[in-house]
Amino acid sequence: MKRIKKTLLTIALPIIGLLSTAEAHRIWMIPSTSTLSGEDQWISVEAAISNDLFFPNHYPVPLKFVKATSPSGKELELRSTAEGKIRSSFEVLLEEKGSYRIAYENKMLFVSWKENGEYKRFRGTREQAEEKELKGKEALKFGEYFTRVETIVTSGTPSDLKLKGTGVEFSFETHPNDLYFGETARFQVLLDGEPQAECTVTVIKGNDRFRDSVDEIEVKSDSEGFIEINWPSAGRYWIEAYIETEPGEFLGKPVTCGSDYVLTVEVLPE
Amino acid sequence: MKSKTTQKLIPLVATLVSSATSYAGDLTATIEVPRLDVAEYHRPYIAAWVEAADRSIVADLAVWYDVEMPNKEGETWLKDIRQWWRKSGRNKELPIDGISGPTKPVGEHSLDAQLPKMNTGSYYFVVEASREVGGRELIRIPFDWAENTTIKQSATGERELGKITLNIQSK
Repeated sequence: MKRIKKTLLTIALPIIGLLSTAEAHRIWMIPSTSTLSGEDQWISVEAAISNDLFFPNHYPVPLKFVKATSPSGKELELRSTAEGKIRSSFEVLLEEKGSYRIAYENKMLFVSWKENGEYKRFRGTREQAEEKELKGKEALKFGEYFTRVETIVTSGTPSDLKLKGTGVEFSFETHPNDLYFGETARFQVLLDGEPQAECTVTVIKGNDRFRDSVDEIEVKSDSEGFIEINWPSAGRYWIEAYIETEPGEFLGKPVTCGSDYVLTVEVLPE
Repeated sequence: MKSKTTQKLIPLVATLVSSATSYAGDLTATIEVPRLDVAEYHRPYIAAWVEAADRSIVADLAVWYDVEMPNKEGETWLKDIRQWWRKSGRNKELPIDGISGPTKPVGEHSLDAQLPKMNTGSYYFVVEASREVGGRELIRIPFDWAENTTIKQSATGERELGKITLNIQSK
């Protein structure tokens, strides 16, 4: 619980360049619908970093890190793309039957240091950081985080989703487009393809704007990495798993490393 | 208003056919599409099927939707008959021969079907309706299957479905 909270601050805040707010912004991607019938259907997807699930109110998600992959593994063109002030959006044409993966993936280095008594921050790639002449700076600290934010959409019969084998991901024992109130969903938490035991996963229902408490659910993976989620009601959910990984090194200093995974799903009533 | 749909069933689950304790049957049902006082009315999409005690599908009986729209456009909203779509529709080539049919107007509609051989046990006759810019309703009528049994049951929907009657005779 504590670690997750801290994670959200350390990851989400630097991503969006916010220095002072202590709010836990959440990054998400939500499709107009995740179950489709018929031929050649369109979906629209909205992606944002916001306080409320799933309402944009802070920052857009950069679309250059977003990929839509068809059931056969083809990379699809994102159409009608827009990156606004508070959200990004695009549309995807689903010509194949089966399950599509739409994912944002990005690895970023976060740097903080002290200069003339003031705290400075920088985010970007290692190459960009190298140009900053950071060596010898006071209180120099590095963090490097891989973030994957995804949603799955199915036209027709759901199909198996190929594992990525990198970072944190879920292996879906229950298909993410086959979630129903009253049924238990079972996912396996993987890091670089390996099952992760004792991993805390946070589940939050959307529309938190219309209730007084976040009502987050925390589930822990078992010895084989499996988590079980019993949905409190039908609706859209935001699920996050964060795992701190082996520290790295940059400019002769240790780098705190982590991998973050966010999945948004629809849970249908019976 | 009355219309009649006669349908033949394809026995779907081969494993259900075992010689000693399984029986085929004849099913007659009526499904009422209720008159609704709403600003915008579209005929509902309706599916009817038989499912086993574990809720897996045994036989599709009917799916009434906009089969005649060009470019299979009517199929776009089949997912809204969401239990049927999950259990059956999404795994089928559409339209399904003898099962798919056009939407029905307000009134009582009858359905005749031959049931495949089913093992003795508990089953459900299920009707699900979903209406564009409207609601959705699902009615499950349980029945027990055995040799030479007559099943007569009925149920009434609250919103999207009217009276449902079910008559089955096992052989």
